[in-house]
Amino acid sequence: TDKANQEEGNNVPLIDNTLIVDISDALSEKDKVKFTVHTRTTMKNFQKSEFLVVRQHEEFIWLHDRYEEDPKYAGYIIPPPPPRPNFDASREKLQRLGEGEGTMTKEEFTKMKQELEAEYLATFKKTVAMHEVFLTRLASHSVFREDSHLHVFLEYDQDLCARPKGKLQQLGGLVKSLGNTTDQYYLNATVRDVNDFFEQQMNSLTEYHNQLKEATSRTDKMTEKHKELADSFIKISGGILQLANNDPGPLDKFLAKVSDTFERARKIESRVASDQDLKLADTLRYYMRDSQAARALLVRRLKCLVNYENANRTLEKARHKNKDIHAAEAAQSQACEQFEAISAQAKEELLDFKTRRLHAFRKSLIELAELEIKHARTQQDLLKKSVQNLRELL
Amino acid sequence: MADPVEPPPLFENVDILGDCANDEDLFVSARQEPPESYCADFHDGIDGDADLSNLSLEEDRKTEMENVPINNGGGLPDTMEHVKRQVARSPEIMLLILQVEAAGGEQFLEISITEPQKVGEGMSAYMAYRVKTKTNMPIFKKREFSVTRRFSDFLGLHDKLSEKYLKVGRIIPPAPEKSVIGMTKIKISSQSEGTPTNGNDFVERRRASLERYLKRTAQHPVLVLDPDFREFLESDVELPKATSTSALSSAGVMRLFNKVGETVNKITYKMDETDPWFEDRLTHIEALETQLRKLHANVEAMVSYRKELSHLTNGVSRSAAMLSACEDHNSLSMALSHLADTEEKVEALHLEQANTDFFILCEILKDYLGLLGSVRDAFHERTKLFQHWQHSQQMLAKKREAKAKMELTNRADKVDQAGAEVIEWEAKVERGQENFDKISKMIKMEVERFEKCRVHDFKMMFIRYLENHLNHQAQLVKYWEAFLPQAKAIA
Repeated sequence: TDKANQEEGNNVPLIDNTLIVDISDALSEKDKVKFTVHTRTTMKNFQKSEFLVVRQHEEFIWLHDRYEEDPKYAGYIIPPPPPRPNFDASREKLQRLGEGEGTMTKEEFTKMKQELEAEYLATFKKTVAMHEVFLTRLASHSVFREDSHLHVFLEYDQDLCARPKGKLQQLGGLVKSLGNTTDQYYLNATVRDVNDFFEQQMNSLTEYHNQLKEATSRTDKMTEKHKELADSFIKISGGILQLANNDPGPLDKFLAKVSDTFERARKIESRVASDQDLKLADTLRYYMRDSQAARALLVRRLKCLVNYENANRTLEKARHKNKDIHAAEAAQSQACEQFEAISAQAKEELLDFKTRRLHAFRKSLIELAELEIKHARTQQDLLKKSVQNLRELL
Repeated sequence: MADPVEPPPLFENVDILGDCANDEDLFVSARQEPPESYCADFHDGIDGDADLSNLSLEEDRKTEMENVPINNGGGLPDTMEHVKRQVARSPEIMLLILQVEAAGGEQFLEISITEPQKVGEGMSAYMAYRVKTKTNMPIFKKREFSVTRRFSDFLGLHDKLSEKYLKVGRIIPPAPEKSVIGMTKIKISSQSEGTPTNGNDFVERRRASLERYLKRTAQHPVLVLDPDFREFLESDVELPKATSTSALSSAGVMRLFNKVGETVNKITYKMDETDPWFEDRLTHIEALETQLRKLHANVEAMVSYRKELSHLTNGVSRSAAMLSACEDHNSLSMALSHLADTEEKVEALHLEQANTDFFILCEILKDYLGLLGSVRDAFHERTKLFQHWQHSQQMLAKKREAKAKMELTNRADKVDQAGAEVIEWEAKVERGQENFDKISKMIKMEVERFEKCRVHDFKMMFIRYLENHLNHQAQLVKYWEAFLPQAKAIA
């Protein structure tokens, strides 16, 4: 199976039975997907050692938000939440196909339908993979996996949050994220980082994230067009077959062979497009989100810095007025601790991020190249044989 | 060089230009021999069947070409395929035909069009093309020669050939289409030397289609011998400007009117068909046209997808380069840079693939749509001759009636005249039938030749297409194999 980016947490050994989570099943209903989350664990805080729950996308977001708002984890890169399952594009295409049924032959229609169903299935598998990766990162992280919210998520067999309040909650989420961006801007603009390293990291991460976003969008467009190209072979193969059927004589065998060649080439070309999507686009996409999570960490650190600087100023004022010095001193030393802790943590996380990134890109790029070579060779063989056969029919 | 095929008996089933089913270059080798020895060799070489003495060079019998009521086109005699005993009008032409036939599979005629050049500036500018010919056919003055021609010259050639040969039922390859938009872009573009880069696509497209047009015309065993065709290829002077080919000229307008009239005729006149062969053929051709049209449209779509894919791949390449630039880890940065390079190569490859799709598949399909139109034109000429013949029959009946009337009313003076008219129309009816029979035979022969060529062309088209794509895939393997070690080098 293609699990996009199996990421590891903080130096946890590969074979660790403490907490193993996977999505064993998924059901796609009208406008939602139900994921069956399957857990095996040796941890004592669970009632059983193996159990299942059914979760929907919103509950994954709920879980992510719990981690993000917990100051305990401020110094960590929180695994980015999975994107919302989106079958709109697939559904639209299927609908358009249905509308255009009259304009094509039965074979063409069947083939197009098969292609679209395969696409739908691929989208489905991807969303399952994204949700699973989110959970496995948490479950394999030595700190994250201790979290009580995670345990509730994995074990509690009732719905976690009320069904999404719909527009209102979405709006709330939108406002929150807007708030984040203005925050960042504000912070970036007014806080001079005491440590050059972090300032440079912030800048390069921002740049990196933006480039990844652009790269993801362009790769998506390219793979979509590639798929469109492959699908266009259906009509051509069909047309050539029609020619063969209506042109009895020296051409019919020949054309039938050509039609068959086109059909086989189409399948290979389709695979090329989908592999590019899986290996390149998905990797870029994931690291786009991960780099965003890394930035979020740096923003939290900057907030700590602001706190720290404010505490310093308060202490100065207190000393000046000779009032509440003790409280101010306590506050300042706490802010200092927090800041230094998060800075140290952040440094490690960034290093970890880099390692993860290297590992993931290496794996994906190697697999991408190997698949491209494999498919191109397969096409080569197909075409070579076809030409040989066709020359015999000359 | 021995003829690959056993030399056929004289004048029977001889395809002057060799079997279309041979390889693309029509002929195998060049050999120039003086005419006399040809004659002698030919005479000895034939397997006894043919005997020059069987021919009576002085025979006065008219060829199929004569007595075509609508403007005798003259021209050279027919291919020898179905002309068993019919003979050329003069000994010289006879000799010429013998020479051409004798060489059989050894003659070749290679035409290529190169060096499109923009001549002049502004709205009176035009593209000039160099037409190069290599041949060993004795009817040409030299073995290698080239001339400069412009687009309207090609149209003029086509018009001349049509005028001469369409009426007897030959299938004349259609000339490439005019393109007002394409040409206007060239005219107003500022470059005056060499190939304008803006209109590159258009110019290359046109050059290729002009080349195919000449090659196809040369494939035709009779058209290739036509003096106008020869003049087009070898006459080193500027051809008289074919003004009647301009879309806006009065001749152009007249042509439009005639076309409309003909189209109406085509639709309204229902011929009394006695030979089911023609009906069947026409149905088959119309079905073929419909399918080709659809196929052509779908291939066009594929071409545009590939071009768009190429463009989008460029976007990915540039993104990879940007990522490489802001990636601080060395080996990953290198790998991303190589990815950018690879995607750039893939982008260029997609464009090449689009060209393969276009020039090898799309354009040939389009050519055949035009050719099928030419076939239908020939069929239509036959319908016109039938109409003409029927009309003559009707007139004859009238004249006979008139004569009978005169006899009844005992008008001696009018009877003679009526009698003369009857005879006149009897002759016309006879000629009408003759011509109708001739064109029917001719069309059958032409269609047979056409079908053979079509089958061969289609086969070669697809083979070349797939071979090209085979090479493209080989390239793809190379590019990604070059990238793989870079990806592995990430540490």
